[in-house]
Amino acid sequence: MLAWRLLLRYFSASVHEPSRHLDQLAKQRLMSTETEDLQSAIDTARAQLDAQTVEMVHWHFGEATGSPFWLQKKAELNFDPLTEIKSFDDLKKFPLFEDDWLRGGPVRRWIPQGLADKPAYVFETGGTTGVPKTRVVMEDHWIDYERFSDTLPDQYFPKGSNWLMLGPSGPRRLRLAVEHLCQHRGGICFCIDLDPRWVIKLIKKGWMEHLEEYKKHCIDQAITVLTSGHDIKCMFTTPKLLEALGEALEERGTSIAEIGITGIFSGGTEFTPQWTRYAVEELLGGPPEEGGVYMTPTYGNTLMGLACSKPITAADGYKISYYAPQPRAVTEVVDMDDHTQLVGYGETGRVKLYTLTREFFVPGFLERDEGEREAPFARYPWDGVSGVRPYRSLEGGTTVGVY
Amino acid sequence: MLNLHALRWGKPYESLEKKEVVHFDTGEPIAEVSQVGGGIVQRDLRRADKARAALRQFSIDDLIARCKQAAELFASGDLPMGDGTQSVDQFVHQQSASTGLPEHMCRANMAKNSFVLSHIDEILAALTRGLDPSILSRGYGDEGRGAPVSYQSRTPILGAVLPNNSPGVHTLWLPAVPLQVGLALKPGSQEPWTPYRMIAAFMAAGLPGEAFGLYPGGHDAGNAILASSPRSMVFGSVQTVQQYAGNPKVQVHGPGWSKILIGDDVVDDWEQHLDMMVESVLSNSGRSCVNCSSIWASRHTREIAQALAERLGPVEVRSPLDEQSQLAAFTVPAMATGTWSMVEQDLREAGVTDMTADYGPRLVEKERCAYLRPMVVHADSAERAVAMKEYMFPFVSVVECPQAEMLKRIGSTLIATVLTRDDAFAEAAVDCTEIDSLNLGPIPTNRLNWLQPHEGSIVEFLYHSRAFQSAEF
Repeated sequence: MLAWRLLLRYFSASVHEPSRHLDQLAKQRLMSTETEDLQSAIDTARAQLDAQTVEMVHWHFGEATGSPFWLQKKAELNFDPLTEIKSFDDLKKFPLFEDDWLRGGPVRRWIPQGLADKPAYVFETGGTTGVPKTRVVMEDHWIDYERFSDTLPDQYFPKGSNWLMLGPSGPRRLRLAVEHLCQHRGGICFCIDLDPRWVIKLIKKGWMEHLEEYKKHCIDQAITVLTSGHDIKCMFTTPKLLEALGEALEERGTSIAEIGITGIFSGGTEFTPQWTRYAVEELLGGPPEEGGVYMTPTYGNTLMGLACSKPITAADGYKISYYAPQPRAVTEVVDMDDHTQLVGYGETGRVKLYTLTREFFVPGFLERDEGEREAPFARYPWDGVSGVRPYRSLEGGTTVGVY
Repeated sequence: MLNLHALRWGKPYESLEKKEVVHFDTGEPIAEVSQVGGGIVQRDLRRADKARAALRQFSIDDLIARCKQAAELFASGDLPMGDGTQSVDQFVHQQSASTGLPEHMCRANMAKNSFVLSHIDEILAALTRGLDPSILSRGYGDEGRGAPVSYQSRTPILGAVLPNNSPGVHTLWLPAVPLQVGLALKPGSQEPWTPYRMIAAFMAAGLPGEAFGLYPGGHDAGNAILASSPRSMVFGSVQTVQQYAGNPKVQVHGPGWSKILIGDDVVDDWEQHLDMMVESVLSNSGRSCVNCSSIWASRHTREIAQALAERLGPVEVRSPLDEQSQLAAFTVPAMATGTWSMVEQDLREAGVTDMTADYGPRLVEKERCAYLRPMVVHADSAERAVAMKEYMFPFVSVVECPQAEMLKRIGSTLIATVLTRDDAFAEAAVDCTEIDSLNLGPIPTNRLNWLQPHEGSIVEFLYHSRAFQSAEF
């Protein structure tokens, strides 16, 4: 009915400007087709997510395949996940995942029996003081980063080129993940370590001079690697270190672009549109087509994996929208007071994460961040989140943006 | 609503990130202030040499003349402000609205800043002991007694991380400009007005925009200014003071713990000095580091506290537009409630008496802001923790302490007014290294002599006296 009204309106208005309105009609038809295509993609993605949910619940709660942790939890639940979880939405029947469960051992309780024979890594998060949270991983970090690799434009992240990983290693998964990404794309990864636990201690102690020196220590090493003929074209680094690297290179009369970097994948701490604008306009010499350097922000953590960013542009106000790697992980933006309710598109809420892989199951975890809910689009036909920033109720309680 | 941009060596920069400044009482938006990060600050400070070079195009005498013109414009002109303009009345209203200070106090602070700038020639002459300004500009010269002198600028710019609480402190960085040193300022989030207006006045007086950077932002921007400026000043808490103590690059301004010390020879006549005590405690709503936070005497302390309580206790919250208003609002109510909790803790100690208890509640909570009415407490000994406390409202402890112990017990003291005719006590006060600025006689702690250094000489901070010789060849 609506379509007929629209057609009538176009035809009645097109008497004086027929060609213009034919163009508009064509555009509308195209848009209509695009809308239908998008809806179809959304439906397909949702069906995949529902299927993944059911499969992963059966895996993690199956007596032969599940982890000791979840099999024990199953007994505490007032429902049977094997029969009552039939879709992604049914995951809301689970209580919220508590990250404190991840503190302390034995870590083997998290290993699904179906993967018991696989070599396992343990990755830690937090831990500046007290017991860090641990996640056991076999291959998830490889899979996550291989999927992320598919989103990188080859023009700026050339296959076979070498990488620099400038960021936290130690007990974190980031170094191994980035190194795998590099190897997956045919390159060799050079690594410079930064210990975020020490950085947080320096900030808390107010030892800002030490902080500056430590940052300089990392950047000096990075510049040495970048200027030693290793043909490094791509890198991972955190926003703060990218800023420091760019400044240090300019003090030496060169720049990130001049030193040969064409692709940067950055993450680990909060990205704001203003920071991104500063980085693009002033550190990277403009948008990729002008400055020759492509930077993509990412959002993630040890629990979920890696959410990719919609390409950022000046025209869009450098808005950063992240999309989780569905169906392996999901981000939702939920009501601040009721985590079972999504907020409307464009509205602000708290970020809720889900992880649905064979190695790890998180049926809903309230992240320490808030943001705005973003609509699906062709490349990622599921919800995203933009404007990610520390959750206002927790702000000040945590040290963010540290490295 | 005004849109205040960052200023990057004279060029406005509109950030994607803005912070709204709202009226403390009504919530009415007053301005949006562009926020910049540390990266932008560091990047700009790499070009700080150009700021000094721009000022060195002018002689110091010329800069002084333009400063005087700027003082006039600051105090009475309509000036460009962000994407609009600002009259004096608008400035006063806006500053009062965001800081919580009564409007008449904003005018007083405005007059103080303007006064300093309009007398900058006398101030520089006093601080340099009459040095010919061209010697600073040229770097060397003859002092006039046949003695060669040389002063080397330690920095092309003075960085400053400015406070929210009192617009009077801006007098401290003003002398940099006629000394041919540029400015990189991070305005306080609630008090961007004075630095913005002052820079606008400088530029309207013909000074080059290249000499000025204004970087509103978070801690990141402040830290970048302090890390990247060869010389900077910061205003903050005890923690801030501790953090930068011993750092020759940073002049740190924290709590003042200013005091009035009454000698045994004068204390029986304490009533003659009550007005001076009240002014020292109450002026500028007790917000300044130069406000008196404790009064020390060996006897009559209870009577002194009682008399002060009778004067200060009844002071009421009034509209910021009221000329009689003596109290500034806490624009963040949690700061008032938090301060009140600390005061309650102080009062729990044995030997501490709340002398203003009979004058109604001290904490006044409103919908969007809160007030703390003046407090006078009596401490029966210097051992009491309250003797060393300073809060951001008119709060004074009257401390009973033998004169012989006084100077050993007072601790760090920005301004000490010492009432005595006892030469030995006065001499001991002169020698006491805990005291930064000394007033001998009944001078209120808040009345500064601008011809004298405040927490160190700005000239010595910015210029280094060194040996210099030259020979013909």
